[in-house]
Amino acid sequence: MSKVTYREAVRSALREALESDPRVFLMGEDVGKYGGSYACSKGFLDEFGPERIRDTPLSEGAFVGAGIGAAIGGMRPIVEIMTVNFSLLALDQIVNNAATLRHMSGGQISVPLVVRMATGGGRQLAAQHSHSLEGWYAHIPGIKVVAPATVTDARYMLGLALREPDPVFIFEHALLYPMEGQLGDAADLEHAAIRRAGNDVTLVTYGGSLHRSLEAAEVLASRDVDVEVVDLRSLRPIDAPTILESVANTHRAVIVDEGWRTGSLAAEISAQIMEGAFYELDAPVARVCSLEVPMPYARHLEDAALPNVERIVSAVEQLVAQHG
Amino acid sequence: MADFVMPSLGADMEAGTLVAWHKNAGQAVRRGDIIAEVETDKGIIDIEVFTSGILEQILVPVGEKVPVGTLLARIREEGQTAEEKVAAPAISVDREPPKAPAALPAVAAEKIAGPAASSTSGDVTRLPMSPSARRLARELGVDPHTVPGTGPGSAITREDIQRAAAASTAKTPPSVSQPSVPKPQPPSADQASRMRAAIAAAMARSKREIPHYYLQTTIDFHAAETWLAEENLKRPMTERLLYGVLLLKAVALALQEVPDLNAVWEGDRVQVKEAVHLGVAISVRGGGLIAPALHNATEKNIDQLMREFRDLVRRARSGGLRSSELTDPTITVTSLGEQGVEAVYGIIYPPQVALVGFGKIVTRPWSVNNAIVPRSVITATLSADHRVSDGHRGGLFLSAVDRLLQEPDKL
Amino acid sequence: MNASSASHPDREHALTILHQMLLIRRFEEKSAELYSLGKIRGFLHLYIGEEAVAVGAIPALSRDDSLVSTYREHGHALIRGMPAGAVMAEMFGKVNGCSRGRGGSMHLFDVSRRFFGGNAIVAGGLPLAVGLALADKLQGRQRVTACLFGDGAVAEGAFHESLNLAALWQLPVLFLCENNLYAMGTRIERYQSRPEIYPKAAGYGISADCVDGMDVLAVQQTAAAAVDFVRSNSRPFLLEAKTYRFRAHSMYDAELYRSKSEVEEWKQRDPINAFLAQARTKRLVNDDDIKSIDSRVATEVAEAVAFAEAGEWEPIQDVTKDVYTRFDGPTNASTVAAQTHPQVPV
Repeated sequence: MSKVTYREAVRSALREALESDPRVFLMGEDVGKYGGSYACSKGFLDEFGPERIRDTPLSEGAFVGAGIGAAIGGMRPIVEIMTVNFSLLALDQIVNNAATLRHMSGGQISVPLVVRMATGGGRQLAAQHSHSLEGWYAHIPGIKVVAPATVTDARYMLGLALREPDPVFIFEHALLYPMEGQLGDAADLEHAAIRRAGNDVTLVTYGGSLHRSLEAAEVLASRDVDVEVVDLRSLRPIDAPTILESVANTHRAVIVDEGWRTGSLAAEISAQIMEGAFYELDAPVARVCSLEVPMPYARHLEDAALPNVERIVSAVEQLVAQHG
Repeated sequence: MADFVMPSLGADMEAGTLVAWHKNAGQAVRRGDIIAEVETDKGIIDIEVFTSGILEQILVPVGEKVPVGTLLARIREEGQTAEEKVAAPAISVDREPPKAPAALPAVAAEKIAGPAASSTSGDVTRLPMSPSARRLARELGVDPHTVPGTGPGSAITREDIQRAAAASTAKTPPSVSQPSVPKPQPPSADQASRMRAAIAAAMARSKREIPHYYLQTTIDFHAAETWLAEENLKRPMTERLLYGVLLLKAVALALQEVPDLNAVWEGDRVQVKEAVHLGVAISVRGGGLIAPALHNATEKNIDQLMREFRDLVRRARSGGLRSSELTDPTITVTSLGEQGVEAVYGIIYPPQVALVGFGKIVTRPWSVNNAIVPRSVITATLSADHRVSDGHRGGLFLSAVDRLLQEPDKL
Repeated sequence: MNASSASHPDREHALTILHQMLLIRRFEEKSAELYSLGKIRGFLHLYIGEEAVAVGAIPALSRDDSLVSTYREHGHALIRGMPAGAVMAEMFGKVNGCSRGRGGSMHLFDVSRRFFGGNAIVAGGLPLAVGLALADKLQGRQRVTACLFGDGAVAEGAFHESLNLAALWQLPVLFLCENNLYAMGTRIERYQSRPEIYPKAAGYGISADCVDGMDVLAVQQTAAAAVDFVRSNSRPFLLEAKTYRFRAHSMYDAELYRSKSEVEEWKQRDPINAFLAQARTKRLVNDDDIKSIDSRVATEVAEAVAFAEAGEWEPIQDVTKDVYTRFDGPTNASTVAAQTHPQVPV
């Protein structure tokens, strides 16, 4: 067990993928000469060559579509869309091709494509560079969506994703890259993980919000509230049994999701909890999401808009206080 | 004879207006000829005929708007080439695609379905009931423990409650005592009804054997309320005080002045107890009431009492009480303020000898310095065992409670 | 087929061309009829008038080459060799359709013939074609990916991105534009600042050519040369075929955007009639041949309809099938290792 940063874990994952399978190649903006906009592929161009580390023009639609075609054609492309903010330019290829080709063709085509994207706010990058649209992607049948929030997941999910026959979208919260953590042995793609066991409240979260949630849990522990933190890990499909089992024990749930509250992934999870654990609930399911505002630039405003530790603590306390 | 019908040219086309016929009855038509023009929402569209022959009869005149599928004309098939005959196979009677069955196999729902309504948490008070059914049970005074559930996983529904309410003639008493409850275990249906029976027996016995007398007084709550508001401003959310804890402390201190109310019947004698262990009546899921002890209430300050009270409530509702907590109370305090009740005349929990009740805080006209002002007041009641105390003692007790609540900072 | 035989067909070849163009024509006419009767639903985009492009260009491709097409693709599918029955059944929505009834008219797929749809988003297929070509290049395969699209697609960003990428990475894509002058209801002069399409390729350093899409022999010759260029140089090529659709954009279209006289004018250049005249003049075909072809085509179309009629409906319980490769089972780390996938012959 060693300590690595999330960025190092992603690099190791990429390296292992490139070394172990000649069909794998990395394609995206600035992945080569620049070394990756988050330095995840620094040095790879020299190491693996321009055929396998492909800098693309600023053409998200074309290179994502090309990734789809290449995957159909027998390669295992890893397409890096610099951030989820730019993925909007490729939405047609993603929603109308990647997600549908298998079904539209009556099962003739598989699209073993992996797409990685950085996501999330918190760096004062303002409205167009701070989106958390994982919930949108989790909405679409035909693709899989994962959100590695720990170094272990960052290290191993990529390899597993590459073995999937269907498109997998990996969301890496940009704030996580410098984070250090203990590297575990393995991971899987479809189970949620209990990151902190507790008996009073189930806190369901994912990605960049995991660590804020764990911090909030510590604050709450000092106030005698024992929080169980569930890291979703997979956003589509969602591991409902793990969530429901936790709620059956605690009888209270709070969901922390960096997406905007309206129509969020948190809303979906809330519905699933209602459907599957209605009789276990002692209180309505609460949500802590980003406020309904395009992400502001000013630090204090952005902090307030994001689901920060204070809001998470407050939401849990209100939940507990209301209902004993 | 072939039919020439109003075609559907798009999913959203429902009707069309015949605006022109290019052929008259009796004229020859050939497959592919445009023989009519139809006006649609999108404009005028040429309609071709797919059979060759003689246009026998025009059925829809120019200017008429008809729905898709309407027979426009009849064509007597004649002079078809062999190819055309072959090219127009008898198109079979429309085999409709299967209709979606009323209930699609709910694959997704099956996957999600958690531990539906079975109680897995080892909680004696956890009955699978919707919040709505719970509220109804309270309103109708139905004990849900006695109601068979017909919902998913035997959950109790509103209907079940209503049915039970209609069937029962006797209302269950508002307060329920569980004098000797064993350590909480997951209830079987058996166990729940046995417990119910025990409670029923205890309550009936209490009413039968204890000669109850009742006293009531209305207390000016202004000082307490004001003090509470000020104090809470200084406290973080999790440490805020509820008004109930002031009542509890006042009762505890008042008992030091009138100790004969802090006693229990042991066998056939009264035993006045020195320590005040306040039984706090807590409503639990399932419509019942449980009254575990806040030990040594006179020795604890308000904040400590608040913390312990919170903890007690939490554990009462999640099934984490210790049996000593259930058997130790020397007196019980019940507050039905949240239920909107102004005064409560409860039944004493044997072997205790008194029960203190509080209603809701209301605003009433009050005399202050000879002026009539609106004032927050609360009604306190005492149900007491006449074998042990009399109205005089009871009255002293209630006066003490009143007096103590006028100086909340000293509680 | 090479360029020279393309311009001087022999009798057999002429008969083949005629048969192919007529098959498309009659198939499309029958589809229109069946749509009016409610057998085919959704959108139906007919290829009538454009037959010469499919018949001229598609046979220039080899079995291993790939095709990516548009929603006006019935003709492409038929000439690529997809059975008419499977195409018709697909439009009926039956499970014996080429896409098991999941796609309909706009989403015909046949991976065994390397026909990758059938795309309803204008220009949506271009990046896909670039990707298929990329895969071929990276795996050292000498294949051509033919990407068919209409003039409307040239306005989409995807066109420009795809051409740029194909040129930059030197990918073997034949960009084949069927310019029928209309992007649905808007004539090209009204939506393109420069309505000439093939010169745009030069802006990306891509070689290009233009051909009369109503002249099947000209298309054959030019397409053969273009395919050859792409294969030998492993570089993209843009071929613009100027053509015209005689029917509306789709079934529910009042054609308010063009005059009947314009349509009539173009009908004078009907590619089937034009070739027939040529073939007759050169004494490559006679009246009996024509009768025979007519009869054969009629039978083929009738059989296609019968095949579609006889097809079953997919059971509703299977509605969520083929969304993911594993039907209804979550992925499991331990089974992933054992998983081998795609059915795509690569």
